[in-house]
Amino acid sequence: MDAILWSRIQFAMTAAYHWLFVPLTLGLALVMAVMETLYLVKKDEFWKKTAQFWMKLFAVNFAVGIATGLILEFEFGTNWSNYSWFVGDMFGAPLAIEGILAFFMEATFFAVMFFGWNKVSPKFHLASTWLTGIGATISAYWILVANGWMQNPVGTTFNPDTVRSEMASAAAFWEVVTNPVAVSKFFHSVTSGWVTGGMFVVGVSAWYLLKGRQKIFAVKSMIIGGIVGLVGSAAVMLSGDSSGIHAAEFQPMKLAAAEGLEDGGRGAAFTIVPGVKIPKMLSILATHDANGYVPGINDILKGYTDNNGNVVPSVAEKMERGRKALDALEVYRMVSGQDDELAAQARAVLDDNVQYMGYGHLSRPEDVVPPVGIVFWAFRLMIGIGMLVALVLLLSLFFSWKDKLEGKKWLLWAAIICIPLVYIGGQCGWIVAEVGRQPWTIQGLLPVNVAISSLSAGAVKTTFFVFLAVFAMFLVIEIRIMLGAIKKGPDTVEPVKE
Amino acid sequence: MGKIRNAASSVWRFYRDSFREMTWGRPLVWLILLKLFILFAVLRVFFFRPEYAGMTEEQKSEAVGDRLIQHADPPADTLTLFNP
Repeated sequence: MDAILWSRIQFAMTAAYHWLFVPLTLGLALVMAVMETLYLVKKDEFWKKTAQFWMKLFAVNFAVGIATGLILEFEFGTNWSNYSWFVGDMFGAPLAIEGILAFFMEATFFAVMFFGWNKVSPKFHLASTWLTGIGATISAYWILVANGWMQNPVGTTFNPDTVRSEMASAAAFWEVVTNPVAVSKFFHSVTSGWVTGGMFVVGVSAWYLLKGRQKIFAVKSMIIGGIVGLVGSAAVMLSGDSSGIHAAEFQPMKLAAAEGLEDGGRGAAFTIVPGVKIPKMLSILATHDANGYVPGINDILKGYTDNNGNVVPSVAEKMERGRKALDALEVYRMVSGQDDELAAQARAVLDDNVQYMGYGHLSRPEDVVPPVGIVFWAFRLMIGIGMLVALVLLLSLFFSWKDKLEGKKWLLWAAIICIPLVYIGGQCGWIVAEVGRQPWTIQGLLPVNVAISSLSAGAVKTTFFVFLAVFAMFLVIEIRIMLGAIKKGPDTVEPVKE
Repeated sequence: MGKIRNAASSVWRFYRDSFREMTWGRPLVWLILLKLFILFAVLRVFFFRPEYAGMTEEQKSEAVGDRLIQHADPPADTLTLFNP
C-alpha cells in the first residue's frame, strides 16, 4: 500500500475513534439536562441522583474523548500539508470560532456542572448543564461547516497568487456558514448523537433490570432515554432525507455508489439488498419526484442532463477543462508580475475552468468512482441499524411507560445489544459520507493524490500502529472505568411520587 | 479592579477546592493529563512534523503551487491555451 492509502487509513481511524466519543457526549448531555430539569421542576431528589449518575458516565466519556479531535488537526499538517495550505484561509474562521467560543463554553460550563453541585445555586447548575450540551452542539456545527465545505465548496474563490481557496467577503463567509450540506450534516450528526445517547441510557438501564437492581431508577431512565432516542431517530430520518437530496444535487457519484446504481434513469428503484428493490423509491428520495432522473455511475462518467435541464459534462470533458485550468495556473505563475496582459489572459482561462481544476489531476475518468461495495453496504448497515434501534427504543419506551417490562428479557437483551450496534451505525454513516466522496478531499477541486504530503509509506505505517496502540489503550481504560461505574450503580433515592 | 480580583479569587478557590474534594473523578484527571502528555510531548514532538513548517507564507504557496501543476500535463503552448 502507498503513502496515500496509509494516510487515509490513519485519518479514518483517528476520525472514527473521535466519533466514538462525540455522539455520546451530544446525546447524554441532553438526557442529563432533561433529568436535572425534572429535578428542579419536581423538587424530587431522585432526579438529582439520577442526573448525577448519568453525569458520571458523561464525565468518563468526556475525559477519554477530549482532545482526540486534535490528532486530526496534527495529521492535517503532517500527512495532508498541501490540503492544509489550500483550505487554510477557509478553515481558519470556523475552526477558530469552534475552539475559542464553543469548546471553551463547553469546557467552562462542564467544570461548573461537574464540580458545582453544592457550590452554585441549583438554577445556575442547571443552566451550566444545558450550556455544556449546547456548547458541544455548537462546536459540532463549526466542525461540520468545515466538513460540509469539503463536500460542497461554496462561498470561496481560488486565488492563484496564494494557491488557496479564500473567502473574499462577509457574504462569502455567510454562504459557507449556511452551506446546505453543512446544515443538513449538522442536524443529521447531532440528532444521531441523541439516538446514541438515548440508546446508551436505555441499554444500561436494561442491564440493571436484567440484574434485578435499581428498578425505579432504570425504568424512569429508560423513559427519558427512550424519548430522547426516539426524537433523535425521527430527526435523523428527516435530516437524512435532506442529505439524500443534497447528495443527488452536489455529489451524485456518492449517491450512485451508495445505491450501486450503474445506469440511472427516471423512476429509479431503491435497492434494499441486491435483487430486492422498491420501484421509484430512489427517485423519490433523491428528487422528491417519483419520475425524477437519478444518474448512475455510467451516466456520470458519460455526462447527462439533470432534472433542471442543465447539461452535466462527461468526466473526460471535466478532465480536459481541469487540465486547462492547471495549464493556465502554470502560465499565470510564470508570467505574473512580468507580463500583465498574458497574466490576465491566463487568469481568465483559469477562472473559466477552475470548478473542474481537480479533474486535471486524474489519470482516467474511472478515477472518480469511489469503492462502490464499501459505500453500498455501509449505507445499508446504517439504515438497517437505524431502523432496528428506533424499533427497540419505541418498544422500550412503550413497555417502560406502561411498567410492563417484567418478563420481557428479550427486549432488555435487545436494548443491550443495540448499544454497540448504534455505534456501528454511526460509523457506517461516516463511511458513506467520506468514502463515498473519494477521490476528493475537496469536491472537484483537490483529489487525495495532490492533497498528500511527501511522506514515505513506511513512516505513515509506523505512526498508524503507534496511534492504534495509544487509541486502543485509552479505549480499554474508558470501557473499564465506564463498566466499573455502571456496576457500582447510582446512589438513588426513592422518587417522591411513583 | 477589586471586583475582578474577587471574582478571579472565587474562581481559583472553586477549582482548588473542587480538585481537593474530588473522589471518583481523580483517576479521570490523571487520565486526561496522561493523554495530553502523550499527545503533546510524545506524538506532537516525535511523530508530527508539518511538511511546510518553518517556511514563509510565500514559500508555502510556492511549494503547493509547484505541487498542483506537477500533476498536470506538460504546459500547453500559450497560443493553444488561449485559442482553443
